[in-house]
Amino acid sequence: MANDDDSQALERAYQPSPGLGVAVSDPVQNPGLPPHRERMTDKDPKAEKHAARTVYTLFYLSLAGSIWAVAAYMLFPIEDQSLLAIRYNNLFIGVGIALALLCLGIGAIHWSKALMSDKEHVEMRHPTRGKDSTREAAIQAFADANEESGFGRRTMIRNSLLAALVASIIPGVTLFRGLAPHNNEGGNPISGDPVALLQQTMWEKGQRLVRDPDGTPIRAADVTLGSAFHVIPENLSTLSHADGYLEEKAKAIVLMMRLRPEQLIETEERKDWSYDGIVAYSKVCTHVGCPVALYEQQTHHLLCPCHQSQFDVTDQAKVIFGPAARPLPQLPITVDAEGYLVARDGFNEPVGPSFWERH
Amino acid sequence: MAREKKRRSNGRRSPLAAAALIGAGLLITGGIYAGASAAMAAPGNQSTASAQLTVDDGEKLFQANCATCHGMDLQGTANGPSLYGVGELSVEFQLATGRMPLQMQGPQAPQKEPQFTQPQIESMAAFVQSVAPGPTYPSDKTLDGEGDVAHGAELFRVNCAMCHNVAAAGGALTEGKYAPGLSNTSALHIYAAMVTGPQNMPVFGDMNLSDEDKRDIISALLYQQEAVSVGGFTLGSLGPVSEGLFIWIFGIGALVAISVWITAKSN
Amino acid sequence: MSTSTLSKEDNKDTKAPLGGRFVGGASNYIDERTSLSGFVKELGRKIFPDHWSFMLGEIALWSFVVVFISGSFLTFFFQPTMVETHYTGAYAPMRGLEMSAAFESALRISFDVRGGLLVRQIHHWAALVFIAGIGIHMLRVFFTGAFRKPRELNWVIGFVLFILALAEGFTGYSLPDDLLSGNGLRIIDGMIKGIPLIGTWTSFLIFGGEFPGTDIVGRLYSLHILLLPLLLIALLVLHLMLMIINKHTQFAGPGRTNDNVVGYPMMPIYMTKMGGYLFLVFGTIVLIASFFQILPFWEYGPYDPSPISAGTQPDWYIGFADGALRLAPPHLDIVFLDRTLSLGILIPVAVLGLFIVVVAIYPFLEAWITGDKREHHLAQRPRNAATRTAIGVAGVIFYAVLWAAASSDLIATHFMLTMEGVIHSLQALLFLGPIIGYFVTKRICIALQRKDREIVLHGYESGRIVRLPGGEFIEVHQPVDQYDRWKLIDIDTYEPLVVRPNDKGRIPWTENVRSSLSRWFFEDRLAPLTQAEVEAADAHQHHVTAHTDEIEAEEIQGAHERAGAADAPLHPDAETHVDETPNTPSSVIATDPVKKPRKKKSDDSE
Repeated sequence: MANDDDSQALERAYQPSPGLGVAVSDPVQNPGLPPHRERMTDKDPKAEKHAARTVYTLFYLSLAGSIWAVAAYMLFPIEDQSLLAIRYNNLFIGVGIALALLCLGIGAIHWSKALMSDKEHVEMRHPTRGKDSTREAAIQAFADANEESGFGRRTMIRNSLLAALVASIIPGVTLFRGLAPHNNEGGNPISGDPVALLQQTMWEKGQRLVRDPDGTPIRAADVTLGSAFHVIPENLSTLSHADGYLEEKAKAIVLMMRLRPEQLIETEERKDWSYDGIVAYSKVCTHVGCPVALYEQQTHHLLCPCHQSQFDVTDQAKVIFGPAARPLPQLPITVDAEGYLVARDGFNEPVGPSFWERH
Repeated sequence: MAREKKRRSNGRRSPLAAAALIGAGLLITGGIYAGASAAMAAPGNQSTASAQLTVDDGEKLFQANCATCHGMDLQGTANGPSLYGVGELSVEFQLATGRMPLQMQGPQAPQKEPQFTQPQIESMAAFVQSVAPGPTYPSDKTLDGEGDVAHGAELFRVNCAMCHNVAAAGGALTEGKYAPGLSNTSALHIYAAMVTGPQNMPVFGDMNLSDEDKRDIISALLYQQEAVSVGGFTLGSLGPVSEGLFIWIFGIGALVAISVWITAKSN
Repeated sequence: MSTSTLSKEDNKDTKAPLGGRFVGGASNYIDERTSLSGFVKELGRKIFPDHWSFMLGEIALWSFVVVFISGSFLTFFFQPTMVETHYTGAYAPMRGLEMSAAFESALRISFDVRGGLLVRQIHHWAALVFIAGIGIHMLRVFFTGAFRKPRELNWVIGFVLFILALAEGFTGYSLPDDLLSGNGLRIIDGMIKGIPLIGTWTSFLIFGGEFPGTDIVGRLYSLHILLLPLLLIALLVLHLMLMIINKHTQFAGPGRTNDNVVGYPMMPIYMTKMGGYLFLVFGTIVLIASFFQILPFWEYGPYDPSPISAGTQPDWYIGFADGALRLAPPHLDIVFLDRTLSLGILIPVAVLGLFIVVVAIYPFLEAWITGDKREHHLAQRPRNAATRTAIGVAGVIFYAVLWAAASSDLIATHFMLTMEGVIHSLQALLFLGPIIGYFVTKRICIALQRKDREIVLHGYESGRIVRLPGGEFIEVHQPVDQYDRWKLIDIDTYEPLVVRPNDKGRIPWTENVRSSLSRWFFEDRLAPLTQAEVEAADAHQHHVTAHTDEIEAEEIQGAHERAGAADAPLHPDAETHVDETPNTPSSVIATDPVKKPRKKKSDDSE
């Protein structure tokens, strides 16, 4: 009955592990294949004709779909540059192709289900393992080859062959070193040194803060309370893409905000890094590098949209939520003689995600 | 008993009758309610013949609806900030988008049905402006939508998309706040939000984004609002998340259903 | 000299060859050069078992074909280079902008080539379907135990295919060099930089210098259209070949044993069904691509490190990795001896790596725990392998929580929650969810096994209530017919492993662990049924049913007589009398079409 416990099972004949096939002494018998049940299309010739009609109608419909798709290609041009034309072109060619394919598929399936013979067949499996005689022959083949070549016996040949084969791959692998640049490429002595490059940005003493992407300089008075400026170094805005514009920008992006000076918690060391409540922080998230661009002017929080790290602008952009591990580096700023905001110095640490060599 | 399964000649109601009766009742009561509330709803934007209301009307409206939280002299209270210097632009924005009057305290003021007519809103805005001037309405040129769409889109991506999403579908902020979607926002309100920086939105004054920049951004947004989405339905413009959900529910769902059909025994 | 048996063939010439003379001649031509007839003999009438869940792998296979075809079209237009250029085409917000040629060519495909947008959308939607198909196929194979010997290697190959598909998808969507995928690359770069010792150099190697560099799109393109497809197709061929050699598994059923395959032949049935499914998968994808937009990269703009979109997520199949990053707690960097260990990145990566490895080696783990070395060709119903199903559900929940975490900000906005609340809840759910899921699933499986046992031995509840003369009401249980009953009987019988001392007379601790795990794996199992029990239950069933029918007949007859209609029929017959088996199409053994008019039948106590 339903809820036998183990003791009864143990009483039955049982093969010990590891086969784990518990042979039940009186297993339930397989009733064999059920009798074949005829379908309507087998019994009723009208149903069969109807099914056949459905099938070839679907195939003809598919043909119509293909023709429609070709027609749509011609009837819905897009060269007039209107978005609606592109939408129609996309839609009608697509519907035509979809119709062609779907009707073909449905027709084929219907044919196989309703008209083709649905008698079940039985095919015996054979053991996956080769027959003993086959395995013997295979072993013999290896044995013969070993005997004739002396591979097993001639250890010097064998070992040196293996060493040579493995070594022959290494030059190829070495060539792939060229995927990374070497030093002194393009006259830059550290072009091949990732750690050195990661530790420097375009920000340096006297570099003006300009608007991203237009490149116009910013006066301190422009930065009103509650505003957020997306900022790049002035020299960057004149760099071309071929000369590394995006690579430098990826390290140099900065977000600048104005708070009330009394809201800022500043250490002694950083007292002159802000200017009259204006603070500037690296926009590269210290988690994995997305731009930390969301500024909430009332809570003074910065939010990175990629993994939701949050930084507190009032307290040196320390991490208050999310997976980031380090605060955002701060850019020390002041104003120059003409009143435009400039960097007092570069960053005092590498920007962006942590890396092994960072201390 | 099995034999009563199919007969209904003995006058018993179909079990469906009860469901039909309840359904009809719900439809009728619901319809009456909908009709009544529509009839009693605010008149909306119908400007009457006496369209212009005065600053004094605005003052009265202000005292009746806003002063409890913002103070009789706009000085602010524990429940609402001071309105000194917010300007008529800000007042029009908050009232016309329904954010004000605030229904209840929460992470931020949600947009809802405006509670005042446009003339009433303008009068209240004029009143606030008269007490303590602030940002005012833009010129028509700024709102005309004929600016440089490519430049505006670029500015939008740098300054706005991180909160509002590149397709202006909106996005999340911290602690339950959010940047709303902009697909139905008017040019005036786009301008007003940039200038006044409502709640946690930063302020984008003319020194940050010039008037021409703002015109470009507004043009780009208006273009996006009106543009046909060339590829088809946008699934909310939320990117890979909605696409993934869609393909699992409808794509794989359809394909699994098809596979069930393929292997089902024919009739 | 000719050695042909020309004379014999001349005699047969009077009968036209199959398919006509041309087909006959062509077949002969090919066979004389390729031995094709041997191939046809072996595979032409090969039997495949029939179940809808066996077709899920075809979703992956056919959508791969779609991806390949559509991708080939795109390669004729796409420029895989990051050289700067300007766009001058139809889409106004991008006009005049400086961008890489990759982005520009993607714009041209979408806006300036007829049907280009359609093919691009087909390609991207098909990629999503492809990986989803692999996932759902993998789940089917897991939950039915089809990875057991001799198919463990095929499971590993399939797993590698899954990883290759993920890589294909990732490299593919990074090709247009747009803001969304560019930030995805930025994230990958940040993760690589966090690897100890080799991180910075590896990042430099991949990107050809500093991020983003000017090489990455071209390199991803080589991977995407050459190296990865090569590997993928090679392994796919191996995967299918192994499936043909091992033959497909089948569910237990009447006439189906571990030593046979029952089903339909390749020609004509399966050829048609599989071909039809190809067209249906293709057609469904094209239909979706005609109506639904995917990745409007023109709204994201060309990649620039400064802007970013709210709601930045990778394609769904990378979601579990993004979610893992999001769920890591803050402040996990360790700085020691002037070196930084970015645990905030390494821990999620390690967790993902461990999860993936466990999935890859699961067949070997289960074989070690169960000690089962037999060949298995019968797919198990998930309920009959309760522990494995529960482990699988726990794994799925784990994956699903990570996947959901990737959209934590969208969950917050759409359900009006705080993102912090969502993230904290998912962090808790990551651990609690699988545990709860395991226990609940295990109990449900065992309960379902008992329900099956109950139906086998006592029949199913027919809904007919009969009142016995003593006054009590009973519900009549109708027996299931023998063919359907067989499906409900779990014929596999297991016991936990018994460890024995080794040659040195000791039991190593690994064997003890193995035995404990084996006990846990097979705990709470039902004892196997014997034929005698089934027959006894059958006899009892028939006796009870006959008795009940007799009582019922008496009652009804009595009622008829009291009503004065002694000849009224005892049973309604709006339907012909059919054995009341569960209402599955296969079990309704109707002998004649349904006829409307009533007919008197003899009382049948079967």
